[in-house]
Amino acid sequence: MKAVKTAPDVASSYAHQVDNLYAYLLGVSIFFTIAICALIIYFSVRYRRQSDADRPEATKDGKLLEILGSVIPFVLVMIMFFWGAKLYFDARIPPKDSIEVLVTGKQWMWKLQHPNGKREINDLHVPVGVPIKLTMTSEDVIHSFYLPAFRKKMDVVPGKYTQMWFLPEKTGEYHIFCAEYCGTEHSLMIGKLIVMEQQEYAAWLAKSWTDGNTPVAAASDDPASAGKEIFEANCTVCHTGKPGAIGPDMMHAFGTMRQLEGGEEILMDENYVLNSMNNPNEHIAKGYPAAMTSFKANLSSTQMKQVIAYLKSQSEASAE
Amino acid sequence: MNDSAKTEPKLNYLNAGNTVKSWLFTVDHKRIGVMYLASIVVFFLVGACAAALFRMELATAAPDVFSNDTYNKLFTMHGIIMVFFFLIPAVPGVLGNFLVPIMIGAKDVAFPRLNLASWYIYMLGGSFTLAAVLLGGIDTGWTFYTPYSSVYADSNVILAGTGVFITGFSSILTGLNFIVTVHKMRAPGMRWMRLPLFIWAQYATSIINILGTPVLAITLLLVVFERGFGFGIFDPAKGGDPVLYQHLFWFYSHPAVYIMILPGFGVVSEVLACFSRKRIYGYEFVAFSSLAIAAIGFFVWGHHMFTSSQSEYAALIFSILSFLVGIPTSIKIFNWTATLYKGSIELTAPMIYTLGFIGLFMVGGLTGLFLATMAINVHLHDTYFVVAHFHYVMVGGMMMAWLSGIHFWWPKMFGKMYNEFWAKVGAVVIFFGFNFTFFPQFIAGYMGMPRRYHVYDVAYQPFQMLSTAGAFFMGAGLIICLVTLVASLFRKESCGSNPWKATGLEWTTADSPPHPHNFEAPVVVDVEAYDYTDERIYQDA
Ligand SMILES: [Cu+2]
Ligand SMILES: [Cu+2]
Repeated sequence: MKAVKTAPDVASSYAHQVDNLYAYLLGVSIFFTIAICALIIYFSVRYRRQSDADRPEATKDGKLLEILGSVIPFVLVMIMFFWGAKLYFDARIPPKDSIEVLVTGKQWMWKLQHPNGKREINDLHVPVGVPIKLTMTSEDVIHSFYLPAFRKKMDVVPGKYTQMWFLPEKTGEYHIFCAEYCGTEHSLMIGKLIVMEQQEYAAWLAKSWTDGNTPVAAASDDPASAGKEIFEANCTVCHTGKPGAIGPDMMHAFGTMRQLEGGEEILMDENYVLNSMNNPNEHIAKGYPAAMTSFKANLSSTQMKQVIAYLKSQSEASAE
Repeated sequence: MNDSAKTEPKLNYLNAGNTVKSWLFTVDHKRIGVMYLASIVVFFLVGACAAALFRMELATAAPDVFSNDTYNKLFTMHGIIMVFFFLIPAVPGVLGNFLVPIMIGAKDVAFPRLNLASWYIYMLGGSFTLAAVLLGGIDTGWTFYTPYSSVYADSNVILAGTGVFITGFSSILTGLNFIVTVHKMRAPGMRWMRLPLFIWAQYATSIINILGTPVLAITLLLVVFERGFGFGIFDPAKGGDPVLYQHLFWFYSHPAVYIMILPGFGVVSEVLACFSRKRIYGYEFVAFSSLAIAAIGFFVWGHHMFTSSQSEYAALIFSILSFLVGIPTSIKIFNWTATLYKGSIELTAPMIYTLGFIGLFMVGGLTGLFLATMAINVHLHDTYFVVAHFHYVMVGGMMMAWLSGIHFWWPKMFGKMYNEFWAKVGAVVIFFGFNFTFFPQFIAGYMGMPRRYHVYDVAYQPFQMLSTAGAFFMGAGLIICLVTLVASLFRKESCGSNPWKATGLEWTTADSPPHPHNFEAPVVVDVEAYDYTDERIYQDA
């Protein structure tokens, strides 16, 4: 019989840091559980009705204990709060050099797409030592992308993009789970994260897309080039940054901050572009009229995704 | 006081009428409490059977007893029935109805007919939900997350949602009734600071019920509208926001945790005082902290949504408030423990349940800190760790407190004492069975096992197996408990009006079982709560 595992795999130093915090919480919890249980048992025996323990009139000297009883827990939980928040915020923004993988949740599978267009279903191959950024959305209900070995999870929500990233530091195979209940085959919405040596990954990525179990991806399947066609057919008149155009430049601005009417600023990211296609008048760029109409009825959600991929590739190209 | 062990049975609320009609049309809060007891036990058994069935499935990693669809319907049914038809109404419906008027020296609640209506509304809501189960079931989980529930699920969401919607009104009306009763019906001399802590707890709970339950009702109505009439509120395909649903749902459902547990705090305070022969340490603190918890509890709902794509800064606020709400709770645990110090302790069945409550609820509270910690929550959210955590709070906390209260006031309600030995055996078996069931789930959760999985990775199997074994152990304890209590009803001898020698108007001034109007003469209160030096409690026959 195999030994029973009682701790999850650790595949990144972030996971290790989370475990340290977990150990602190566990220590505090065990201490208080044992202390209170021991007191309850001790009192129940010492002061049982039949015992002749002395029970003077209610004593009034508990003030110091009372103060300690509220200050100590307060300090202990504030440590938990700051430590937990710091870890969470430190690990929030994906590093600049991340490889971006597109994740689409769908009842009941994970569809994944690498930057060069290569697709996978449920399996995700990544190189060791390189941060991986997942840009995720759902085609139907809410799912949640969960990597227990990395102590990370993020909901995958229809109608918007969510993001999560991790740095694989150990090669091997790890669980991918859907953590948000999503219907009949929820428990089969699982996959494998395969962390490979970098050269191996490069070879895997370059390998013909038609071999093995990996689904085929044709060249036109590359979302950015499909997006280019859609963009050119619908958007170029206003949004390529030509002087005097009716609309703001969308071609070279992905990832930058955009000034809005009314003084606000907004990051031009996936959600912003998506929202601009669906509800163009919600955020009006500074200096431009509210002239655009919604593309909700004209473009499918897949097409919108392709447009976003195209815009992203354009700004990356212009940044280099 | 009155000797109820005489040969001629005295008039009491039970023998005041024997027809079915005299029960179904009663406006006596005590009879309504007993009707709640009977119906809540039925719902509890239905929910427990569902749990027994899916625990069988979960014993092994492979799917072996049920299809995934049936499994999903079983855990959904377990959740909906246990939360809305057991945990929420259990203490207020049964003990609250029976005791609130008696404890404050009143003849009845402020609105007796409305009180009866509450029970009918509860039963109507329950019938809708049971109909949803019988007509093919519902598979959304008790949380009804959109857009799954409003668009994609292929089961009886509208029927079940309507059932929960209707039942909500029974909570609202009961809450309203208790608040008015406590304000307006207290006997002369029953000042606020003389109220039993049970009353304070009921009062705080009633406030949450009135403020929170309408939000749940509106939310479920919106789901029903979206599903039935295609409204675009939560469905992104129609411009809705699915995460909005979670905000609305948890705005009610986090405070609902306090709706379930605060009344339990009240029960535990009464039982501890009685069997330690002492006033609860820090009465004022325990009383007001219930109100504080009720108030802060409305501002922590986002801790259920750290990974939902809500703003990180919102998450930060929700995290710190969740920690702060833990402080008064931890002080309560210190207060209860301190009450034992230099007490005169008697380990009766209700006391064993109460001490069990303190231990289990404490574990539930401490593991809540893990989930309030942002970085830890991201890992543990939607895993078995969460399942274990809330069962420690709900079952280890609330159910143990409820059973403690049932055992404590059983002689008051029915005038009969149960077999104490078997009642204690039941309590101990439930306590250990509970730990066997739910402790392994903490480990499975930390190891990353998501909740609501029909099949799972074999690495988690040892924990799930233990858990299933524990569940049947605990089930045996519940059966012992049920049989012991029911058997007591067939006993001949009366238990006297104050078998525990407890303080409180219900013990010192009312018979067991009480007179139809609770007291035969108007009540005047001249003592503080929990005055165990008062000679009068020891004079009873
Ligand atoms: Cu899923
Ligand atoms: Cu909560």
